[in-house]
Amino acid sequence: MAVPELTRFTLDNGLRVVLAPDDTAPVVAVSVHYDVGFRSEPEGRTGFAHLFEHLMFQGSESLEKLAHFRHVQSSGGSFNGSTHPDYTDYYEVLPAAALERALFLEADRMRAPKLTQENLANQIDVVKEEIRLNVLNRPYGGFPWILLPPVLYSTFPNAHNGYGGFEDLEQATLDDCAAFFDTYYAPSNAVLTVAGDFTADRARELIEKHFGDVQFRPRPERPSFFEPHPVGELRGEHTDPHAPLPALGVGYRMPDPINDLDGYLANLVLAGVLTDGDGSRLQQRLVHREPLVVDLNAGAGLFGPFEARDPDTFTVTAIHPPDVSTERVLGALDEELEKLASTPPEAQELTRVTARWAAGLHQEHDQLLSRTLGFGSFELLYSDAALVSTLADRMAAITAEDVSAAAKALRPDSRAVLVVKPEGGK
Amino acid sequence: MTAATHRTAEEIGRTEQGPRPLPPLGEQRAAADLSHVDTVLGNGLRVLAVRKANVPLIEFRLWIPFAGDDRMHPARAEVLAETLFTGTVRRDRVGIDTDLALIGGDISAGVDPERLIISGNALSSGLPTLLDVVADSLTGASYVDAEVAREKERLIERISIARTQPRTIAREALQKHRYGNHPATFETPEATDVAEVTPDQVRALHTASVLPRGAALVIVGDVDPQQVVADIEKALSAWVSDASAVRLPALPELTGGPVLLVPRPGAVQSQIRLSAQALPRTDPGYAALQLANLAFGGYFSSRLVENLREDKGYTYSAHSGFEFTDQTATVNIDADTASPATAAALLETRYELGRLGLVPPTKDEVESVRQYAIGSLVTSTSSQTGLVRQLTALVSNGLGLDWLAEHPTRLAQVTGEDVEKAALAFFAPKRFTGVIVGDADLLAEKLTAVGDVTVGDPAV
Repeated sequence: MAVPELTRFTLDNGLRVVLAPDDTAPVVAVSVHYDVGFRSEPEGRTGFAHLFEHLMFQGSESLEKLAHFRHVQSSGGSFNGSTHPDYTDYYEVLPAAALERALFLEADRMRAPKLTQENLANQIDVVKEEIRLNVLNRPYGGFPWILLPPVLYSTFPNAHNGYGGFEDLEQATLDDCAAFFDTYYAPSNAVLTVAGDFTADRARELIEKHFGDVQFRPRPERPSFFEPHPVGELRGEHTDPHAPLPALGVGYRMPDPINDLDGYLANLVLAGVLTDGDGSRLQQRLVHREPLVVDLNAGAGLFGPFEARDPDTFTVTAIHPPDVSTERVLGALDEELEKLASTPPEAQELTRVTARWAAGLHQEHDQLLSRTLGFGSFELLYSDAALVSTLADRMAAITAEDVSAAAKALRPDSRAVLVVKPEGGK
Repeated sequence: MTAATHRTAEEIGRTEQGPRPLPPLGEQRAAADLSHVDTVLGNGLRVLAVRKANVPLIEFRLWIPFAGDDRMHPARAEVLAETLFTGTVRRDRVGIDTDLALIGGDISAGVDPERLIISGNALSSGLPTLLDVVADSLTGASYVDAEVAREKERLIERISIARTQPRTIAREALQKHRYGNHPATFETPEATDVAEVTPDQVRALHTASVLPRGAALVIVGDVDPQQVVADIEKALSAWVSDASAVRLPALPELTGGPVLLVPRPGAVQSQIRLSAQALPRTDPGYAALQLANLAFGGYFSSRLVENLREDKGYTYSAHSGFEFTDQTATVNIDADTASPATAAALLETRYELGRLGLVPPTKDEVESVRQYAIGSLVTSTSSQTGLVRQLTALVSNGLGLDWLAEHPTRLAQVTGEDVEKAALAFFAPKRFTGVIVGDADLLAEKLTAVGDVTVGDPAV
């Protein structure tokens, strides 16, 4: 993959900046990644990081409530934000003419967001509707990202519900918001990324102008979320009032995504060998040949790879007919992993996976916003935005033996199994 | 929270310097013209090929009108879409997937009452393989018994899952309520119909309906448009028929009417779905209507979202947008709300509909939606996937890249008066009909009190 021309620097207040100019379309994207996600929420405040993400759109010293949305959209742009285990991001993509405006908007809410009781109450209602929509009122809501971690992990940061319980959300106070902002939303705890149609010099000038006087605060100490691997198989059960068919989520611990990137990548290749496409091992066997399941997936991360530090989760999920037992699906999974552990996959199996990954990365990078978010999250988690451009080559260098070793590490006696049962056992 | 000492919320929201002014917009450069070829092949297939070479990929969509009025058509069409790429004389299912995987490629087919859409992508170096797999399947898909049998089973299981999704339940109810028995309403086939489908029926449907004449192929990517059209002509030379792809019969015009409350016992949230007749993209009034819709509920800064979500917290998202079906279009309003807020949300939605016509969008509102419409077009077409998606939506109306290139000018020329007229003509509350799916025990009393709401299942 072509390596883009990246400029990286740090402002006096500690804000890290990544610039990636590209003049092929008259569009720019701006993102800010804050180094705090739902793993940093204190006990009794589940869902707080995500609730706080909503509040960051509710006005600032210079902008009334609703003004942020209106200014982005009336400039021809769109915006959003999202909360992950280890970071929260905010972003907009706009016509290039709106670059300075976008920088102003991000700087203004980093400097002085307006946190009010009224907005907090309103956004608690909105978040509760979001949870009803995505979790409570739909089949397989929160599966596996909310339901599997409490089975696999035992400490609060790793195990709790990142969307939050209604009681916790309702108890969030304005003072909680102030403390959270002052602790985690310091410029020294953030990465600003700008990509698209501009020159690096001009962007740097504008960034100094708007972010330069955001007050320095020390970067919070980042705790380790380490916990030991499970000793023995852990089991959990969840009854889903809407699901028509049983489902199964299996969670394994993975190599450290940051300090053992190649080990992590070997797990991604393994996930592809298992479930990517009709020719993959588990699809062939479980979906087409035997067949035992309706739907099947394997992959890294609760929302995808490269969005968390250690510990991260390798998941396998399946939806299956009621007459197929959990043990049969698990048995087939274990057999396929065992085969891979004892006999490394063929070269062509790896090429299938890595060629699709290479194309997928190109596709992601063709979209300015995805590329911007990729640079930002890699700068934040790996201190190296440029790593994004070398991933395809590193994936392609993973050997059959590496994949075999990854399969061997996914042991039945060190994993979590979550069984989702339709209500009434239908 | 964590910080031992921290400022108060009030202190955080204030700096010594005080509020700062919003910077003005800079100069906007126009998007570069894209080299393209738009032509009709000897077999009647329209091909629109566009060079967009930032990444070494190709994206294509093959759009085939695919309507049918037989009761069994939706079931057969779904099975066809699921099994189209499961084998030919030259390749079995795994062979197709392997050939595509090795060029970083993927291919899939999706069907609805109006059309079959085949989507594919690959590294551009894999174009010959991609075209070969597509041509092989279009002219020689074998629909072997075992694959058809297995895909039928999976489809039946997936239909059972889909029908537990609130959005699927609401969509089915809306379709039946507004269009009765029209073939457009059969979006998700009945499991019992799928069970009856035979491989022979699927093969017959392929012969009768997977046709180049009247269909269109859009390809965007790292290609030379002239060359790629020649390559496609050659690859698809055996895909021929004198018949034309089958278009959906015209939809009846929506005239408005009561909202139907469809009971879903125990639901913790309700789906509000309202709909009215709108204009297709080919209509000279479309640009003004597009702006009126944005101002109403088509983007986040709209009246509907600011009222229902940001002011009242009734919903996570409220939205209004167009649905284009063959030569016509409707505007659809969606919001999902907690049961206690549902009746109030309907009332507020109707209030905003009425207000749009009576208190028309201000100059600021019109300028905001105009910039948003123009800007989002530039952004959404700056990637291959975004551009291919836009163009595929246009080809069904005979439009193409020129329409896309000229649309910013059309949007720029819309006057405030145009928007005002469109708002009053198309968003009047009495023009809407729709459904609300939710727990009738909790909803019925308030909703029927609000008026123009009846309770029951949609008539078929």
